[in-house]
Amino acid sequence: MNFFNHFGRYLLMIKGMFTRPENWKMYWKELMHQCSDIGIGSLGIVVVVALFIGAVSTLQTAYQLVSNLIPKSTIAQIVRDTVILEFAPTISCIVLAGVVGSKIASELGNMRVSEQIDALEIMGINTKAYLIMPKILASFIMIPLLVIVAGVLGIWGGRLAGTMAVILSREEFDQGLLSGFQPFNVRFALYKAYTFAFIISSIPAYFGYFVKGGALEIGKASTTAVVTSCIMILFADYILAALLL
Amino acid sequence: MIEIKDLHKSFGDKVVINDVSAVMEAGKANLIIGASGSGKTVFMKCLVGLFEPDGGEILYSGQSFTVMEEEQRKELRQQIGMLFQGSALFDSQTVEQNVMFPLDMFTRLTYTEKLKKVNEVLDRVNLNDANKKFPAEISGGMKKRVGIARAIVLNPKYLFCDEPNSGLDPQTSLVIDKLIYEVTKEFNMTTVINTHDMNSVMEIGDHIIYMYEGEKEWEGSNKQIIYSKSKKLNDFIFASEFLQDVKAMRMLDAEGKVPNGKNDNN
Repeated sequence: MNFFNHFGRYLLMIKGMFTRPENWKMYWKELMHQCSDIGIGSLGIVVVVALFIGAVSTLQTAYQLVSNLIPKSTIAQIVRDTVILEFAPTISCIVLAGVVGSKIASELGNMRVSEQIDALEIMGINTKAYLIMPKILASFIMIPLLVIVAGVLGIWGGRLAGTMAVILSREEFDQGLLSGFQPFNVRFALYKAYTFAFIISSIPAYFGYFVKGGALEIGKASTTAVVTSCIMILFADYILAALLL
Repeated sequence: MIEIKDLHKSFGDKVVINDVSAVMEAGKANLIIGASGSGKTVFMKCLVGLFEPDGGEILYSGQSFTVMEEEQRKELRQQIGMLFQGSALFDSQTVEQNVMFPLDMFTRLTYTEKLKKVNEVLDRVNLNDANKKFPAEISGGMKKRVGIARAIVLNPKYLFCDEPNSGLDPQTSLVIDKLIYEVTKEFNMTTVINTHDMNSVMEIGDHIIYMYEGEKEWEGSNKQIIYSKSKKLNDFIFASEFLQDVKAMRMLDAEGKVPNGKNDNN
């Protein structure tokens, strides 16, 4: 019953965002502000995570491929596909659920508790449209870009680790990288990125927007938002793989 | 003017506002007083539309707020300013940006015109040197003044203040009260103030409504409150021995039976 209660309120929140903006310029300004917060603000952690995941993928794949019959370039193929299909979209978005999700939930929660949302409502501003919509749109714009960055850097990290550990040469890696490449995998990664972007922004926005109480409740809402987002990302990951692959 | 007719609000089985009617006149400071849990905050939130009442009607200058479409409400809300208990300033914006926000959102003025207007209202609330400061860098009293400046920047017809003196020292409270009272008279606003502060009641209470367990227990002015026979009101207002003494002195002074204590001491 509690689940349906939350889900109903979540849907009403989404529906409530679709109204005519009071001032397009202010909404645009807020969108740009959110793009900067979500995109630039999370770039560092995405870069670090992607580089290391790519590097570890190469080392672990090489460790498991012990047969001399399998060419070394296969390692690059495996790294490329795992990074594009899973690591870049899913792992990056789980990290982003923590970084962006907790920020959205705590920001809105703090605004609710300190009556800033009430102040905006009394001014005649649709707070769902002004506060939540730009966050969701900014996520739609920035998270796929971050996933692309993560994909490129993940593969580059794998190449770097492979050559530094003398597992395979750059030429072998590049040869593997280009062989059997399926552009659909990139499209699939982007489908995932858009789905996860919606989850990462809307679920924390829900928990933050409807928070009641004080600092303790903001913390709880933030934690619940991140946990729920991570579970929903994994669930959506499975559904998308089952449907599209 | 705001007319409230038989306003009713419940949360589950608990009746919080029980058929309260009142008229809040323009150019007057209308105070809602009552103990914690008496329903005055819910009453104010119903007036500004943050809570939907279960029954009754709220009329803003004759227009029924309760049956208005959302778009009409949005338009009316631009004539409403509100000062919140915690000021509710936007943390990430400077004082200037906070006050400019309603102008940015609802007017087509140029930046220079907006800045001129912002400086005018900040000057009106005696806050000339804090434009570039963030809310975290100013005192509680200054935050309240920024809150008032933001509330009046669009020249609203209605001003709501939720416990404007909470957390302030008595001297700053008097400054805030005086400021609210002055802007009420200056702009002929209908001002509704939710307060616990007895100084406010005595100093600026043109019209006072005393709420007790969700009902309007007493209504009158600060001149009349001293002579009220309502036991509940007297127990609330003159709770301490000191205040009871003040009441006795005032009544005796007014009736001319004893000399003023202060003069005696002098």
